[in-house]
Amino acid sequence: MSREKTKGMSIIVKTITRLTVGLVLLYGIYIVLHGHVSPGGGFAGGVIITLSFVHLVLAYGKDTALKKLSKARASFLENMGAILFLSIALLGFMGGYFFSNFIPKGEPFHLFSAGIIPISNIAISLKVGAGLFSIFVALVLLKLKPTSEKKK
Amino acid sequence: MVELYILLIFMIVGAIIAIEVKDLLSSVVAVGAVGLALSIVFLVLKAPDVAITQLVVELLCLIILIRATLKRDLPFSTSGRWFLNTMITIGFIIVLLLVAAKSFTDLPPFGFPIMRVASHYLNNGLSQTGASNIVSAVILDYRAYDTLGEATVLFTAVIGVLAIVRRIGRKKVGEKVKEEDE
Repeated sequence: MSREKTKGMSIIVKTITRLTVGLVLLYGIYIVLHGHVSPGGGFAGGVIITLSFVHLVLAYGKDTALKKLSKARASFLENMGAILFLSIALLGFMGGYFFSNFIPKGEPFHLFSAGIIPISNIAISLKVGAGLFSIFVALVLLKLKPTSEKKK
Repeated sequence: MVELYILLIFMIVGAIIAIEVKDLLSSVVAVGAVGLALSIVFLVLKAPDVAITQLVVELLCLIILIRATLKRDLPFSTSGRWFLNTMITIGFIIVLLLVAAKSFTDLPPFGFPIMRVASHYLNNGLSQTGASNIVSAVILDYRAYDTLGEATVLFTAVIGVLAIVRRIGRKKVGEKVKEEDE
């Protein structure tokens, strides 16, 4: 019950985490941005981005991770993702109907192609990543406190 | 085809172990093994998008479950009416199997789906949406309305969890709660 109160795990885990957490975050961003040309997409990429922050929480304790992404900023990002997705859908009325693909398609198999699909992927990844990170922080870290007080 | 059956048998055994074992942490590990086998099944069936999503969601759920169950002694609920419960369960399983055996005979054989709507997507998806990943083209262009509904479901789930779990709703009268404890 004292591990997350102090300073996280041992120095071996901290060193490895410092090397790998950036790679995990970068892989998540890659999955999101290439969601329309390769397997992956907004949901999976958002969860991988969340897993990089979860990695930080597990290794360094919650203070370091919440300094990088506070709860207020996480809820702001989640709301921005939802608003971005809905505004893409509403902007589709420029092309005629709800969720119309109004941006030019471009050339297939390129990064900048497929109209609104990459932007929708980014919006969904923001929503999923920030939302699941909020759930993780709320469920795992903050709920442990009353039981620990009760045991003492 | 053989590896599919091996994986399915492995998943069934893992699920039975997860139910029957007494230790909570071992049960969580068995559930994780079932999820990882399910992601390999999706890879064998050539659905890499679903396999990636299953793998990462399984990892996140496993971390949450392990952190939630690791240092707790949760009470094991054993009611006295095990005979009635077992009979009701067996009855439901028999009814479900009868209905399934009746309805599954009309389905096409495994690997030969009916392609009424999907053939249009497969033939025209690349030219109509410009996305070379057909799964992205379907969930974000043809069926984007479904994705909006799913995003709404997730948003509601996050709001519900935060409203129940947060500290500020459970404080006593006159007690002050710090900002970070909310």
